[in-house]
Amino acid sequence: MSTRSTTPAAGAPLTSGEARTYAAYSKPLWQRVLLTREFAIIAALVAVYAFSYVRVENFDGPLTLYYLFLDVAPILLIALPMTMIIVTGEIDLSVASVVGLSSVLVGILHVDAGLSLPTAALVAIAVGAVAGAVNGFLVAYVGLPSLAVTIGTLALYRGIAVGLLGTEAKTDFPEKWTDLAKQRIVEGQPYPWILLVVAVLAVAFAVLLHFSTFGRGVFEIGLNDEAARFSGVDVARTKLVLFVLAGAISAFAGVYYTLRYGSARGDNATGMELQVIAAVLLGGVSIFGGRGALHGVLAGVLLIGVVTSAMRFNTDLVDKIQIVVGVLLVLSVVSPSFLSWASGLIRGRTGLRSRSTAATGKRSLP
Amino acid sequence: MTFQNRRFTALAALSLVAGLGLTACGSDGDGDSASGDGDLSITMLPKNLGNPYFDTSTGGAEDAAGELGASVEEVGPDTATPDAQVPFINTAAQQGADALIVSANDPTAICDALEEAAGAGTAIVTFDSDTDPECRDLYISQADAAGIAKVQVEMVAEQIGGSGEIAILSAAANATNQNEWISLMEEELDANYPDIELVDTVYGDDDDQTSFDKTAALLQSHPDLKGIISPTTVGIAAAARYVSTSQYKGEVAVTGLGTPNQMREYVEDGTVAEFALWNPGDLGYLAAYAAAALANGDIEGDEGDTFEAGKLGDYTVGANSVVLLGEPFRFNADNIADFDF
Repeated sequence: MSTRSTTPAAGAPLTSGEARTYAAYSKPLWQRVLLTREFAIIAALVAVYAFSYVRVENFDGPLTLYYLFLDVAPILLIALPMTMIIVTGEIDLSVASVVGLSSVLVGILHVDAGLSLPTAALVAIAVGAVAGAVNGFLVAYVGLPSLAVTIGTLALYRGIAVGLLGTEAKTDFPEKWTDLAKQRIVEGQPYPWILLVVAVLAVAFAVLLHFSTFGRGVFEIGLNDEAARFSGVDVARTKLVLFVLAGAISAFAGVYYTLRYGSARGDNATGMELQVIAAVLLGGVSIFGGRGALHGVLAGVLLIGVVTSAMRFNTDLVDKIQIVVGVLLVLSVVSPSFLSWASGLIRGRTGLRSRSTAATGKRSLP
Repeated sequence: MTFQNRRFTALAALSLVAGLGLTACGSDGDGDSASGDGDLSITMLPKNLGNPYFDTSTGGAEDAAGELGASVEEVGPDTATPDAQVPFINTAAQQGADALIVSANDPTAICDALEEAAGAGTAIVTFDSDTDPECRDLYISQADAAGIAKVQVEMVAEQIGGSGEIAILSAAANATNQNEWISLMEEELDANYPDIELVDTVYGDDDDQTSFDKTAALLQSHPDLKGIISPTTVGIAAAARYVSTSQYKGEVAVTGLGTPNQMREYVEDGTVAEFALWNPGDLGYLAAYAAAALANGDIEGDEGDTFEAGKLGDYTVGANSVVLLGEPFRFNADNIADFDF
């Protein structure tokens, strides 16, 4: 349905906040790339980082970036499949519970059952994929709303995790592996090796979402899944695949989490699903589906990470971190509507060609 | 073109507003945190924020810091989990805090982070809840089993006049610490209180209703009972609630381990004369003095080191680098109004 408008966009992300009309392509390329939600977030990230670097005491220390990357790595990882799920108009609230479940499994399988750590990790990731498949099956093939399904499995998977270990913690992990989780790529540089994993997966997901048929299907499902079905997209299978990916990657993040903190606990990563979803929405992905881009999401995760880290340096602000993240999230959800309302006003006043959909603040189909 | 520029302006304005909003907060506190009024900076990391128990201990640490000319900053997560504590430990290390006082949510999980902080020159003191001994310089322990057993027997003996039947209302039958205290109390009774007879030990499973019912049963099956010791905060509150509304009020003494907020109404209505626990304010106070002594290099945290802790007097580091706060603190009608936890 949108082949005509997407073909000339090969050089630009397919994700600009604007509906792709001929009017949009009257703009030069640099405008189409830079005047987007994604670049607004990247600019905000740069601005906040620069400000913190100059003004927040100790933020310019050598360890800040290193710890920042260690802290956001699991969120970055899970944000990749979460972006695709939200682009289809669905949501997965159970990711943090899968992190906890995978953490507990690694602990039990390695410490109690004596499996080697890579084997335990692989089993945990397989279980994560199964957990995702359960979500995906219920959403895609049974047709239940993902919000209801995954809020149920959020409780279920967390319940299994806590049930398996109780209030106990497994902490007896070999130092070789716990050190690896915190290993720097180059000694003295603030980049832990987990960033390499994030980078490889980010490239893979970017290709999958933005440069593949599968990815086009993801966007079309988000815009209109009926139309997607008629244009040959296997809607159910696409959703299933996305939920399985989310489960597997969350489980991998759980393995990392366990090694980074050196402890397998049922309550690990409690509440992380909200951090992930907040970052994805802040990064410009529409909660209604059909719109978003990975570079914006990565910037969104880092933006929340930098804000949190900068505020943690300040004792008086520590308990207000959640408030700021919440306000950012609301702003990010409200701003597209606000912007199109504002641009509708401007357009009306200047008498430019008006588009009814933009003026009413609804998202328009390509 | 006009429209494009305006749209860009709107976006830029939005991100600027967001940026300014954040940075305004940032700069706000920036000044505050820089204004440490002493040379010594101590970071206080409780299990979680918004917990009255830890608010009291931080208050104690701030009192000590005032006397020492140090600055205390309290930071902490919303939820009491070890993974949420780690970023705060990392931050303290980055800030180059002289000392970190922490109540550990897990004995092992925060060890790596503490070791990194120690590597950055921060003295590590645990209080209330310890880590593995190799992860910290000192542990400030609120009480030891012998002291807890002794104070409860003393209180019940005073309240029943030194002779008569007493019973114990404990938590679960297999609760390790409770059982240790009970056996120490039995030894203490045998050795020093020949006229007091322990007639029964019942278990309320740290459940309010079960403890309440067991208290009722205890009083019916032992009509001559003169005192109940409950070495658990749930049990003592339930026992006091039962006794306060029964004909035994004023006849049967209830004592044990409790918190002021739970026990306040029973102390005020005369059901409970006195109960014990440690004073978290003193615990924080001692932890701050110990942290300062470590950071100043006055002590190394080895067994036998001694340091002075203001109004609490002198302390000696015991085995495993543990410092014991001292005798449990007794709460009664005279002092309960001073506490809120």
